[in-house]
Amino acid sequence: MAANILKNRHVLGWLQAAPLALVLVGFLLAPIVMIVIVSFWGATEFSIYPAFLWDNYEFLFGSPVTYKVFWATFKYAFITWALTLSIGFTVAYFLAFHVRSLTVQIALFLICTIPFWTSNIIRMISWIPFLGRNGIANQTLISWGVIDEPLEWLLYSDFSVILAFVHLYTLFMVVPIFNTMMRIDKSLLEAARDNGASGFQTLVHVIVPLTKPGIMIGTIFVVTLVMGDFITVRFMSGSQRANVGRLISNDIALLQYPSAAATAVVLLCTVLIVIAILLRFVNIRKEL
Amino acid sequence: MRTGYDLELVHVTKRYGNTVAVRDLNHVFAPGSYVCLLGPSGCGKSSTLRMIAGHEDVSDGSILLDGQDVSTLAPAQRGTAMMFQNYALFPHLSVRDNVAFSLRMKGVDKVTRHKKADELLELVDMTRLADRLPAQLSGGQQQRVALARALVTQPKVLLLDEPLSALDPFLRIRMRAELKKLQRELGITFIHVTHGQDEALALADEIVVMNNAVIEQAGPARAVWATPVTEFVARFIGGHNVIALEGGKATVRADAVTLADQGMAATVTAVEYQGASVAVTTLTEGGDEVLALMPEEQFFTSPKSPGDAVKLAWDEGRLHRLRA
Repeated sequence: MAANILKNRHVLGWLQAAPLALVLVGFLLAPIVMIVIVSFWGATEFSIYPAFLWDNYEFLFGSPVTYKVFWATFKYAFITWALTLSIGFTVAYFLAFHVRSLTVQIALFLICTIPFWTSNIIRMISWIPFLGRNGIANQTLISWGVIDEPLEWLLYSDFSVILAFVHLYTLFMVVPIFNTMMRIDKSLLEAARDNGASGFQTLVHVIVPLTKPGIMIGTIFVVTLVMGDFITVRFMSGSQRANVGRLISNDIALLQYPSAAATAVVLLCTVLIVIAILLRFVNIRKEL
Repeated sequence: MRTGYDLELVHVTKRYGNTVAVRDLNHVFAPGSYVCLLGPSGCGKSSTLRMIAGHEDVSDGSILLDGQDVSTLAPAQRGTAMMFQNYALFPHLSVRDNVAFSLRMKGVDKVTRHKKADELLELVDMTRLADRLPAQLSGGQQQRVALARALVTQPKVLLLDEPLSALDPFLRIRMRAELKKLQRELGITFIHVTHGQDEALALADEIVVMNNAVIEQAGPARAVWATPVTEFVARFIGGHNVIALEGGKATVRADAVTLADQGMAATVTAVEYQGASVAVTTLTEGGDEVLALMPEEQFFTSPKSPGDAVKLAWDEGRLHRLRA
């Protein structure tokens, strides 16, 4: 009897799909559903209670702080995206088209990953002695006579936040772009040259269009990472700047879970909308 | 005749480090002819083509086109165009935009370049697929697009790097007829690299056989086939027997060899029925393998089996000596 049930191909199919489905339900869907439910709960100064209230969303959308913080989040995401893209594209281009030997390519690629041998936090914090008021950067610039007094904006500013983001996330741009570039048939570049394209024209008319899927995947990585981040903003701005992630973490610190959940839901929707817009532009399916 | 778009190689040499890929090539390609560079892989034929195209630097020597030294010019300024082995069509551009690519690079406006591209597509009979992407085309269709793209630059010399090797045998025969027809219509020089001797014989006005970085023999297709000058050419071109005789090696065509009452003693090793003819492989006492390609009726008047002793005969006039 049991053996017969197992032989039924529908049962077998469901069984094969079950492990992944269970993992996704348990670790992705259920927590999100939970957050959505909690975002409608009520809260007092000292307790939270189950309910179905729009208070959290009303407060969120009624507060000017929300818009400011979302604006700051977009700003960080956009500037970081622009910088990681230009650096990432250049590095990937160099690796894919200028380095001829595969061994050197692999070696240089591994060098790119060296920063990832330490944790995020350590990589972030190591900027502090470098950028600080009496840090290496300021001291060097003063000793060269470039500046007379220390630059204040080096640390605990938008500059340092974005610098840390770029440092942390450029590799997420390099890898997918490099991967796409390696799949470009080298004879296409020769064909472009044969057809009279200059180096720059080849870049614009052949390499960039063919690299778009990689650029898009890198963009999704960087945008979602930056929009969901809170720790980098906190450390590198010395708690003087805010983004949505920090809004949520502050609410949690104050045990305002329903409010935090509401902000999280809005952030999740925002990120999903951004990705949906990005996917309208480029079809990444053939890269996956 | 030294007129028109003459292409001349003068002491052309290509070195990669210590290896010599092409050694001191001298050759004049007659204008408006279909030339096949024939040779085994690694003989330097592709390097030669790529040097003419400008995709490899010339280590020594020069390449003259139409009286001008083009060996240091960029590929697009030479008056040559190349058709790549895998066609190298831009996958993100439609057929029409692929053909119009070089015009776009020159800054020709969209209407003009599309009109020109459509003319070329008309020439290769691809007008109705002009809006497709390369991935939506068959191999033969892709090749036509690649041809149109190469020809849109109005080259004096079209360079084809093993253009038929990616096609299936049936399509290969059809496309080679089209290549030949196109060349005759356009009247420009085609230089076609191939390792297939049947392809070379079918297409070429002139065959240039290369081996070990040098030209072994160059000449009209019939001359190369009728009188191979070296053992390599005789063996590579096929259909020839190389026999060691006193005073050097000689070659005789397989279809000139018959089994007779008198002649060179040999033993039959294999018999293969091929329809109109029968291929009899024999081993001479000297240790040479000799193939006799005999008409069917002639063989079956006195059939032989492997192991039989036979005498090989040919007209003296059909035998000719090879250069050592």
